[in-house]
Amino acid sequence: MSGIVRYGSYVPFNRIQRSAIGAGRGERAAASYDEDSASMAVEASREALRELPEGAAVDTVAFASTSAPYSEKLNAATLQAATNLPKSVTALDLGGSTRSGLSALLAGIDMASAGRTVLVAASEVVVGAPSGPRESGGGDAAAAFVLGGNGTEPVARLIGRASCTEEVLDVWKSPGMPFAKQWEERFGADVYTPLLVETFGRALADAGVSASDLSKVVLDGTNARVFRGFPRPAGVAPEQILDGLAGTVGRAGSAHAGLVLASALDGASAGDRIAVAVVADGVDVAVFEVTDAIDGGRPKHSVASWVESKRNDLAYTTYLKWREVLPFEPPRRPDPDRPAAPPMQRAERWKFGFLGSRCNRCGNTNLPPQRVCVVCQAVDDSTVEPYADGECRISTYTLDRLAYSLQPPVIGAVVDFDKGGRMLCQLTDVDPDNVGIGDELEMTFRRLYTAGGVHNYFWKARPKR
Amino acid sequence: MASKGICDRVAIVGMGCTKFGEHWNRSASDLLVDAVQEAYGSAGIEPDNVDAYWLGTTGSGISGLTLSEPLKIQYKPVTRLENMCATGSEAIRNAAYAVASGAYDLVMAVGVEKLKDSGFSGLTGSAPPGDGTESGMTAPANFSLLAPAYAEKYGVDLETMRDVLTQIAYKNHYNGARNEKAQFQREVPIEKINASPKVAGMLGIMDCSGVSDGSAAAVICRAEDAHKYNDNPIFIKALSFVAGPSEGAKRQDYDFTTFPEVVESARDAYVQAGIEDPREQISMAEVHDCFTPTELVLMEDLGFSPRGQAWKDTMDGRFDLDGEQPVNPDGGLKSFGHPIGASGLRMMYEMWLQLRGEAGERQIADPKLGLTHNLGGAPGRCVSFVSVVGL
Repeated sequence: MSGIVRYGSYVPFNRIQRSAIGAGRGERAAASYDEDSASMAVEASREALRELPEGAAVDTVAFASTSAPYSEKLNAATLQAATNLPKSVTALDLGGSTRSGLSALLAGIDMASAGRTVLVAASEVVVGAPSGPRESGGGDAAAAFVLGGNGTEPVARLIGRASCTEEVLDVWKSPGMPFAKQWEERFGADVYTPLLVETFGRALADAGVSASDLSKVVLDGTNARVFRGFPRPAGVAPEQILDGLAGTVGRAGSAHAGLVLASALDGASAGDRIAVAVVADGVDVAVFEVTDAIDGGRPKHSVASWVESKRNDLAYTTYLKWREVLPFEPPRRPDPDRPAAPPMQRAERWKFGFLGSRCNRCGNTNLPPQRVCVVCQAVDDSTVEPYADGECRISTYTLDRLAYSLQPPVIGAVVDFDKGGRMLCQLTDVDPDNVGIGDELEMTFRRLYTAGGVHNYFWKARPKR
Repeated sequence: MASKGICDRVAIVGMGCTKFGEHWNRSASDLLVDAVQEAYGSAGIEPDNVDAYWLGTTGSGISGLTLSEPLKIQYKPVTRLENMCATGSEAIRNAAYAVASGAYDLVMAVGVEKLKDSGFSGLTGSAPPGDGTESGMTAPANFSLLAPAYAEKYGVDLETMRDVLTQIAYKNHYNGARNEKAQFQREVPIEKINASPKVAGMLGIMDCSGVSDGSAAAVICRAEDAHKYNDNPIFIKALSFVAGPSEGAKRQDYDFTTFPEVVESARDAYVQAGIEDPREQISMAEVHDCFTPTELVLMEDLGFSPRGQAWKDTMDGRFDLDGEQPVNPDGGLKSFGHPIGASGLRMMYEMWLQLRGEAGERQIADPKLGLTHNLGGAPGRCVSFVSVVGL
């Protein structure tokens, strides 16, 4: 039976206190100035892809988001390139509703049943109108799943499902609108709650289980009021409902159900049954049963570990500047150059895949890959050396207060990799006052800047999270 | 494995140099006309006498037309060249080799840069279309890596390191204050240097060279012809230029306390000039003090100080105007300013003045050999030029 073979999550490093926005308790996760939904999807996908079981070779990639960096240009291709998946993959972008994350997961499982192995990554940067509920209640995060069928041992099997689609004006955003709008919540609750109860019941029937058989229920949707009237008619006890991370992350749009499902899997035992429901433009419900494979199938980072690893003093004005909501005085420096298509194409394996080279003659590693070895000058005699997961540390560094950045100073570091090789790169997710020579780093896929509508992706180093 | 050199075969018989600074009312063309006219006058020649020109500029024009058009040069060869911040020196080297070859009898090397029209802070480059994976770090950030690395390697505490860098800035401004062509002609108090706003790492604004406009030019001929044009020519003893393979940026064994490119170009130049002990034999030097720690490291790479000792020599006043081995007597890039393409020629202009006893208040007593050093790029990834000149 098809199901989730591996999973991964990602919550960015920065949090903004809701009190800083003047909107309630807790904090929300905020993608850094150098992150977007594609780069965060890469981070979550790296978690899910790190240790695939034997026989699982991803042949399909799906990216789900309502905040895709490109509205035309395949974002899933960025994901494919940055995770070094084969070019033979089928790749697709999904969006249009924050239900698309769970819909993509279900579609991925269907494809898995048809013999495919599918990477589904859902990722969201939620930008709400300043001082509105979407801004304070939203959060930025990503989740990724590798879905497989026969021949792969899933950590959780899909045992039941149901869907419902409703033409309703709840949340909407037309091209050109800077922020989504939402109709009065009381209306949405009135429409959605009965649909949720009905669809949930069908999914349980499909799974052949009753509500009391569920270890956890994940409830997610555009309208929290919908869930108030749900537990009683659905036969779900309040303690079955999993914490939705509202106080620590915020609702991460299309990524949110996957993120909370990942947190459920982080703490699940074999035999647990988990229902996931997303209410947006209708309802999707999926029921999973956790298998014995769960103990060997968890990612390096749990959702809880991402949540704990943070800096939570982001200023509201900085946040608004990062999201390009607040205009600001630019540095007295030229705008960065738009990266050019042919050089990016030629450098794809370096720029996206972060693949260096190792000299076949002397064994030296070269970053970026070099045709002529920097040590022995051997020509065109090297093999590919992957670096994305390479252990590395700060050899020396400097704070560059002159360089163009949305978050000055740029911290430039000479980064030496334990397996050899050196590069000069920017640090991110780091406190300039708390950085030192010898600090251990890990690489992270980022959007350096955007110029001429072209997002310039490349890798940076960050302190280990 | 080294250039054979042209020791004493080529002479400089005339020079010109504009004031460096913020020339809001002067274009690159204006600056070129000023510097070249002064050089013609200095050598006592007419434009017709010059057989060929080399023009160095990094971004203030492309092609030889940048020079021939404003000067109305009459159908002569004009080569425009670029080698990062060593561009001006490259104009001298290529022009000198051209007369040495016998292809021309009298040539001119010219450098110009018009930086202040951009409206930006610091330097701006125009890189070819790229893949967007460069680090994006600025020049001060790259050179700031030298200071903590040097301090760490030689056990200099950071407070002392700050004093050393400040002393370099102080000295160069002291010298520039005695130079009517310098961009900044005022001494700067120690406290003001220490308190200047931070730009990168340990470096404040007062650790950075001046961004400026300017132009300089040299008239060059074979040694045997030198006295036809000038009673007091100066002679080229060595010209060395090295482009590194960028090892430092890629190899973990590079420690940011030296420029291997400088070490090699100095070694080559000393062989050409027959110099065995640069600390004793070089009377004075104009070096590439783009940022204060650069000058510190250069003192060791050029052999003026033993390894790990340049900071002491600096504090002891060895490189002061009245010290044993004055460095940047004209104020250097720090105080004279750094219009990229002109800087290498500006360095040579100070040698011209000092060797001929025309440096006025800055005059060094009885200089025998002068050195100019010009660097382009960044630690780990650079080009380096060294010349030795004398009487």
